[in-house]
Amino acid sequence: MNAILILIALVTLGTAVAAMAGRDLLRSVLLLAGSWTGVAAFFLWAGAEFAAFAQVLVYVGAISMVVLFAVLLTRRAREEPARSPASRARACSGVLAGGAVAAVLLAAVARAPLAAAPGPAPAVTVSQLGGELMGPQAAALLVAGVLLTVALVGAVVLAAGDRPAKTEDAP
Amino acid sequence: MNPLSLCLTFSSLLFAVGLAGALARNNSILVLLGLELMLNAANLNFIAFWRFGPASAPATGVIFAIFSIAVTAAETAVGLALVIALYRHQRGIRLSEATRLKG
Repeated sequence: MNAILILIALVTLGTAVAAMAGRDLLRSVLLLAGSWTGVAAFFLWAGAEFAAFAQVLVYVGAISMVVLFAVLLTRRAREEPARSPASRARACSGVLAGGAVAAVLLAAVARAPLAAAPGPAPAVTVSQLGGELMGPQAAALLVAGVLLTVALVGAVVLAAGDRPAKTEDAP
Repeated sequence: MNPLSLCLTFSSLLFAVGLAGALARNNSILVLLGLELMLNAANLNFIAFWRFGPASAPATGVIFAIFSIAVTAAETAVGLALVIALYRHQRGIRLSEATRLKG
């Protein structure tokens, strides 16, 4: 059981590191789709099938496609300039900060008094989840729907061109 | 090794990779993707505690993860719209060039 988890973790972390370190943006996005699939595999391994399907639909299906569109829309003909000292310093400090956070988190996990043996797997069916979402969590579901609507309208407003304003210019 | 601490180690490392990427890269799309990795690590923790932690209501962790995924989708849409607006203003998406608040 643990071997499968370690395999999933290695694949997920490896693709994530490769995506974050790579120079080609398109390749990074495709590698991250692999990483998100690894997280979905973890959800399946842990018995949360519905969360795994939501992860595949939202991340691997929708978000990676939207990010690919953004990459293609903002792509420029000229290549990225060679690595400057400033960008190297930024990369070093970023990796240092990430390593420090990882060290703190891993030390906390190693010292935490976690239960030695896991309890029985909680079984949850899709109909149970639906009842939960329509019953006790209905208000949260409505808020999430409003949030998605507002965010998407805001995204359209932000991304839409302001061409008419250009002719009249500022008041 | 305890499966819960293995899961927590996995999510800690994933969070650290996302944080390092978000801080180290100059490309705004990659910074956004680093944020996504960090949010994924948080979702991983929800599911790990739901599965291996002390017993709770049977659907709690999954409901948490689903709402978190929905919020992440909204955040990504706004973030990418910001990237496109940034590109329109300065013909590039490098963060070191985005030094003005007013277009």
